[in-house]
Amino acid sequence: MSGATDTGDTDAPADLVTGIVVPIHVEYEYTAGEAASRFLSHIPERRLVGQRHGDHGLVYVPPRGSDPANGEPTDQDVELTDQGTVTTFCIVNVPFAGQAVECPYVCAQILLDGADITFQALIQEAEVSQIHPGMRVEAVWVDDPEPTLESIRYFRPSGEPDATPESYKDHM
Amino acid sequence: MANNVAVVGIGQTKHNTQRNELSMPGLVREAATRALEDAQMTWADIDAVVIGKAPDTFEGVMMPELFLADALGAPGKPMLRVHTAGSVGGSTAMVAAGLVKAGVHERVLTVAYEKQSESNAMWALAMKIPFAPPLVAGAGGYFAPYVRAYIERHDVPDDIGIKVAVKDTNNGVLNPYAHKQMTVTYDEVRDSMMLWDPIRFLESCPSSDGACALVLTSEAHAASGKLPPAWVHGMAWRSEPTMLARQDKVNPRAGQECARDVYAQAGITDPRRDIDCAEVYVPFSWFEPKWLENLFFAPEGEGWKLTESGATSLDGDIPWNMSGGVICSNPIGASGMLRFAEAAMQVRGQAGAHQVDGAATALGHAYGGGSQFFAMWIVRNTKP
Amino acid sequence: MRDVAVVAFAQAPNVRRDSDRNEVEILMPVLHEVREKVGLERDDIDFVVHGSTDFQAGMPFSFVGALDAYGAWPPINESHVEMDGAWALYEAWVKLQTGEIDTALAFAYGKGSPGDLVDVLRLQLDPYLVFPLGIDPIGMAAIQCRAYLEGVGRTEADMASVAVRDRRNGMTNPCAQVTGEFTVEGLLAEPMFVSPLRRHDCPPISDGACAVILAAGDRARDLVEHPAWVVGIDHRIEAPGLGMRDLTVSESTRIAAEKANASGTFDVAELHAPFTHQSLILEDTLGIDAAVTQVNPSGGALAANPFMVAGLTRIGEAAQRVLDGAAGRALAHATSGPCLQQNLVCVLEAREG
Repeated sequence: MSGATDTGDTDAPADLVTGIVVPIHVEYEYTAGEAASRFLSHIPERRLVGQRHGDHGLVYVPPRGSDPANGEPTDQDVELTDQGTVTTFCIVNVPFAGQAVECPYVCAQILLDGADITFQALIQEAEVSQIHPGMRVEAVWVDDPEPTLESIRYFRPSGEPDATPESYKDHM
Repeated sequence: MANNVAVVGIGQTKHNTQRNELSMPGLVREAATRALEDAQMTWADIDAVVIGKAPDTFEGVMMPELFLADALGAPGKPMLRVHTAGSVGGSTAMVAAGLVKAGVHERVLTVAYEKQSESNAMWALAMKIPFAPPLVAGAGGYFAPYVRAYIERHDVPDDIGIKVAVKDTNNGVLNPYAHKQMTVTYDEVRDSMMLWDPIRFLESCPSSDGACALVLTSEAHAASGKLPPAWVHGMAWRSEPTMLARQDKVNPRAGQECARDVYAQAGITDPRRDIDCAEVYVPFSWFEPKWLENLFFAPEGEGWKLTESGATSLDGDIPWNMSGGVICSNPIGASGMLRFAEAAMQVRGQAGAHQVDGAATALGHAYGGGSQFFAMWIVRNTKP
Repeated sequence: MRDVAVVAFAQAPNVRRDSDRNEVEILMPVLHEVREKVGLERDDIDFVVHGSTDFQAGMPFSFVGALDAYGAWPPINESHVEMDGAWALYEAWVKLQTGEIDTALAFAYGKGSPGDLVDVLRLQLDPYLVFPLGIDPIGMAAIQCRAYLEGVGRTEADMASVAVRDRRNGMTNPCAQVTGEFTVEGLLAEPMFVSPLRRHDCPPISDGACAVILAAGDRARDLVEHPAWVVGIDHRIEAPGLGMRDLTVSESTRIAAEKANASGTFDVAELHAPFTHQSLILEDTLGIDAAVTQVNPSGGALAANPFMVAGLTRIGEAAQRVLDGAAGRALAHATSGPCLQQNLVCVLEAREG
């Protein structure tokens, strides 16, 4: 291809079939698993319960079954609060499929108090321009929480003073 | 054991939003026949085929290598299919090179592709798992917070992403295979829509149909091609967990360790000095300064200074993404192999208008997932 | 070639539906058990590679989660094939041949239960020319079966005898799923499913996982008393179109067996034959003499068939007989794609090549 300029990106002949529609439909019945089921079972009580491996493991929320650092089961529950700190964020200006939120909106990484890993969530009830790392936020729940993470509508500023950078710098 | 590996044939398609005039078999054949032609070989000369691509949901065909077997001349031969997320194009080339290095095969064809237009990428990536956290912003929305974290951690000027985008997009015009063919100015990038603040539209990769292919051989067949071969001097991959507590997602450890490994194999002690040019997986322009640090071309926190000084431009002292990079073409499954291919094209002197004069040592780099999967190789125009 | 051996094998119990555990939770105990068998820590494993497929799991990048079952920290030397785990083992074997590493872990997982596996497997077909015809993998196997029976002169009774054998063998395998004493007459009295296939001619759908550790040379000798040396391994593919192949034989198995030097006699053969007639085709192609070779002592794919796993399980089961000192020479086979489109043959011996 040295020196080649004919890249083959030719216009198709007019009578060429350039596509057919082949719909596919597959349904799945997923298994949440033991760890995620335990976590989700507390959601209707508006409780966020993280998990760790052993007494000294790092705390995961939501748990997925293992401590991914060592492949050990997260066998201990750790009660968390529904408050946390924004570690970093972006402002979304493009509507994302299935997203009912008006643009622009903020998608943030939030470190829940007591957890060792952040998770991604929406922030609402705040001016986009005011959101910043270190900001303290709290969960806003739906009226009748079901055992799903969609029971958290979004997070909003809690009004507390900012967290110190040292408290979250190792989590991004 | 541990035979030398030569790149003797390189081919790629013209990358575009839709290659409607080609089926999937047609797309992979366009790249593969060009690689064979460059290697001056026929299908019959090939011992084994290694194919790679990103998730099968992109085209809606499960394990498509099965139906592509005859299009790639594989019947009667071994065929392997690799999938390691966005790094897959690089990993696939490495699996193919491993077959030669191990002495299992002499001449291996490797192909990577994505035909994203065949399915709906939003559907493909956003299967709704009932108990998983709801997705809130798409791929850019995943990476943008970590770009912000990079900017804030090192107090980086906020226009570095613009400068990378101008450089890479304008390099793409020199590459007839690149998807994006547009000249842009600083102001045009700056004024393009802020999609996922701090990432703008013109700082982002497109969605492309495309394929890339390489013919890799042992030393015995290294002189087969139209041009002298590129020799593989090092290959490495590393993976780390996708969601790990206290993980540094700005400067991932897997990337650093992968780089150290590949440099050690190739005898590179100072990458900026010892490497002539690098083709690095930069899907959003801000990843150039991040990866300059992760790959040790600059001290941590100072990668942006190389970009700002023009060092990474085509006429700089360490050109990055001569082909226009992922910013200009992103057939996801092929994107990693295109990086590896560009590195090889540079040291073979076949990069045309985006050739770096006298390039003798080049780095090809790919990453995937949310920056947890890395694949790299170092190629030279001399035998190890 | 460098001497490389299987030194450990572990698997999860195969079940129709594990509704308690997700893929990570099924894998974790298997990955622990296989290392414990040879006393290796994660640091001692030089390379990790696994096989799985996104459309079975029902999510893109599903393999990423499987790494969490292993523990990829500090970062690991790792790869993944979208193929049955037998090909992951092949990649590990190649990596060992380069001399870069001395130990490798190959594993596979597959939960057939979340989706309708027959619907899922239809997605393997040519999307332009075959998928729209509406055929499924069982129908394709039935076409192959008819061609085989009429072309070679075998009978439905021959097929039933395969099911009787495998289900009986499975009774001694605690991880098997469909087992028991049956008779050829009893099975032939059952109604047709997709003619000429009856239910017993078809594999079960399974949730499962397995793992194999490979080690080179002295490392293998240090780890176990009877390493199962991989003295030959090869794999080949055929054209996808059924009309382009002779369905009464398995040409790709024949070539792979030739390249893997799978001639002579074997104490044990583990064949990945999801359908009874495919076992007959493979036994014919591989020249297996049932008088001297015990076929599918584990019960084979008719006793449990976790998709993407069952091929690696065959290698593990064959190797286990050598590791146990029960077999001196074992043959393992894995398949992928409709109607035995792609096949791998592995020869394992108590003595190194």
